[in-house]
Amino acid sequence: MLKVDQLTKDFDNLRAVDHCSFEVSQGLIFGLIGPNGSGKTTVFNLVTGFLEPTAGRIYFQDQEITGLRPHQIGQLGIVRTFQLVRAFNRMTVMENLLLAPKNQAGENCLLGVLRTAKVRRQEQEAIERARDLLAVVGLEKVADEYCGNLSYAEQKMVEITRALMTDPQLILLDEPASGINPTLVNQILDYIRRLRAEQGKTFLVVEHDMRVIMNLCDRIAVLNHGQKIAEGTPAEICADSQVIDAYLGV
Amino acid sequence: MVGATGLFNLGHAAFYGIGAYTSALLAKSGLPWPLAMLAGVLLAGFIAFLIGIPTLRLVGDYLAVVTMGLGEIARAVFKNWLPVTRGPMGIPGIPHASLLGFKFNTAGRFLVLAVGCLLLAYLLAQRLLHSPFGRVLKGIREDEVAVQALGKNVYRFKMWVLIIGSALAGMAGSLFAHYVTFIDPGSFVMWLTFFILLIIVLGGLGSNLGAVVVTVGFVALREGLRFVKLPGWLNPAALQQLIFGVLLIIATIFVPRGLIPERKVTYKRGNSRAKSRPTDQRLR
Repeated sequence: MLKVDQLTKDFDNLRAVDHCSFEVSQGLIFGLIGPNGSGKTTVFNLVTGFLEPTAGRIYFQDQEITGLRPHQIGQLGIVRTFQLVRAFNRMTVMENLLLAPKNQAGENCLLGVLRTAKVRRQEQEAIERARDLLAVVGLEKVADEYCGNLSYAEQKMVEITRALMTDPQLILLDEPASGINPTLVNQILDYIRRLRAEQGKTFLVVEHDMRVIMNLCDRIAVLNHGQKIAEGTPAEICADSQVIDAYLGV
Repeated sequence: MVGATGLFNLGHAAFYGIGAYTSALLAKSGLPWPLAMLAGVLLAGFIAFLIGIPTLRLVGDYLAVVTMGLGEIARAVFKNWLPVTRGPMGIPGIPHASLLGFKFNTAGRFLVLAVGCLLLAYLLAQRLLHSPFGRVLKGIREDEVAVQALGKNVYRFKMWVLIIGSALAGMAGSLFAHYVTFIDPGSFVMWLTFFILLIIVLGGLGSNLGAVVVTVGFVALREGLRFVKLPGWLNPAALQQLIFGVLLIIATIFVPRGLIPERKVTYKRGNSRAKSRPTDQRLR
């Protein structure tokens, strides 16, 4: 589904990502791990078009997406969350979700002002959909609450749910478990597993917490100094001596 | 609109002036007022579009700087393009606004027209703000990067906001020109832009009603001050600005979200229409 081929990114004299290649197949939860500064988030920014690669190519569903702008990549069905939550604080949870669906007719100024039948129908469908998704994560009680008033964990859930509202094929999660207490982490992980099982979504996850990644992912790639040093199932990764040296570090 | 998106357009005076001059000159050459005004509105919008091409792609306060520059450029053009604008001499004898043979040539009649146009602009802004389009604008204000990540072309949305806002300023400029029937470059100075921004901040960012209420209050205050007998050592114009300045400081300290804060949009189950209700909830 997503294929990254010899991806390289230089920041001045620093090579943040160095000829990195991997492939994420449909329905997988794919983990990207590595020590601080190993280039995980940079890979995310390259895939989602927030950065342009120095060299290498990125393919999504057999179509090359290298160098497209972030919103074009979003349109194609790749959506991401951020390391530090980027929820719209002074908008309600419901507004956060309703903003997300792609190609809303009412986003055209003229149709938005006229409120044509199509605009109203789409709006109604989006509201239903948002309610259903909120019920799944148990946030329906705070639907009309400002996002800024929610806890950090709840905001993370809103961010993931908002990403879902765009009907993505591939969801990139940047440290979904950071800054959240262990009980809630399990809740978020369960949610991700459910989305994969019930809706067949594909995930690419950057995470720091080894416990989380071993627990969640089907397949893992390990980065160190921008290079991929290993790839395999969690069990294989745990046994890899190079990984243990670079990262697990005991 | 500006308040909702967080775009800092400091060129209101310029767009106001462009609308006024275009409309005045065309009307003097014999074009009926509604068409002249339309031309002013379109030209203001088009110039906003040109300004937007290079600036809206940039992040931060660049738009503010460039539009402020535009304000000065426009004033310089009004002042120095003698064959067209007659420079500092201004343009006298602009025909009164008229619609289907009815002339808005007295203060009372003009009031009807002005209120009509205000209502139109207000309804437009209100509906736009509460449409999916407006929702994206609020999102852009909150976090542009996140909106992009969701697949929205932020640039396109900002461009429309800039064009619509500037076109409305052009409409106001036309109304002004056909009301006072005389315009000169002195009518379109930076002070006007800051006055407008002050109104938006005091009224509450993202609140259309707030802007209208504060405008009415301000103009009443300004005109009212003229009738107050002041001791000779007190300059009325300076006093006016002093009062506005103090008001702004008081307001930013005590009502930081404006007089009438942006309303919270809530969605009731089984009801297709979004309801707005006021809220006093403060963010943590």
